[in-house]
Amino acid sequence: MLITCPYCGPRDVSEYTYQGEAGRRRPDPASADRAAWDAYVYDRLNPAGEHSELWQHSGGCRSHLVVTRNTLTHVISSVAFTREAGRSHGRRGKGARR
Amino acid sequence: MAEPLSPLQPVWRPGRHGNLSGGAGVVLSETRPASIVQVAAWPGSERAVIAAIRAATGLAVPDGAGGGVATATKAAFGIAPGRFLVVDQAEGLEAELRGRIDARTGSVTGLSHGRTAIRVDGPKAEWVLAKLFAIDFGLTALPAGSGVATQHHDVLAQIQRTGAVRFDLYVFRSLARSFWQTLCHSAEDVGYEVI
Repeated sequence: MLITCPYCGPRDVSEYTYQGEAGRRRPDPASADRAAWDAYVYDRLNPAGEHSELWQHSGGCRSHLVVTRNTLTHVISSVAFTREAGRSHGRRGKGARR
Repeated sequence: MAEPLSPLQPVWRPGRHGNLSGGAGVVLSETRPASIVQVAAWPGSERAVIAAIRAATGLAVPDGAGGGVATATKAAFGIAPGRFLVVDQAEGLEAELRGRIDARTGSVTGLSHGRTAIRVDGPKAEWVLAKLFAIDFGLTALPAGSGVATQHHDVLAQIQRTGAVRFDLYVFRSLARSFWQTLCHSAEDVGYEVI
């Protein structure tokens, strides 16, 4: 499986570290809602299809990425920096190295 | 000046080795730069850091993924968004950069003691490196001056193309001897010379 890092380009999955499902919301640390914490720690979507997940390019630029991967086909439909905030630096532009 | 000791010394075998029927396909050497410095820009300060690198070294690092530039004695290239490896054969680069990059702009980390710089030079350099790294080492994918951050198994390596058939590799000093031996084995089929 190849993941195309927004900075480094396509790299083998062995360069990446999986960091779990993206988009989980940590409950308010002051909360003692047992059900909310239980869900946060243990519940996962585990979909058969498109899945939004966190990866780190630990064997390359070390950026944290949000990857949308199809769990049935391993097709990766999008990769973005987690800190993405519309800045242009570090993104591949026209003429950038592929 | 301090006299640096090489971690490769116990396995350092100068001379020509391997299959030399077609001559030495690659020349392997250690460039021993006295300054290896990592510079990181805080988000939004990338251009200020690139300007500081230029002021300190005279190297104009292009603003783009993996962009870099190399001269006979100095080199700089992007290794991650807003992060650069800057190298000088002379001592003093870390202090020079520290004087130009304040804590609000970015951070400067001296790695001179922590990395070993290995040069792979010769017509078979791409062939040998392609055995170790899943990277396109072609001239169009990796033009002269530009660099990549990758790994061979768990040995992280930052690689800069410093010539048409020449690559400089920066690997962890503590793993450099093991990596060097793997590199030598990989070069045996094309013949290699250690200088």
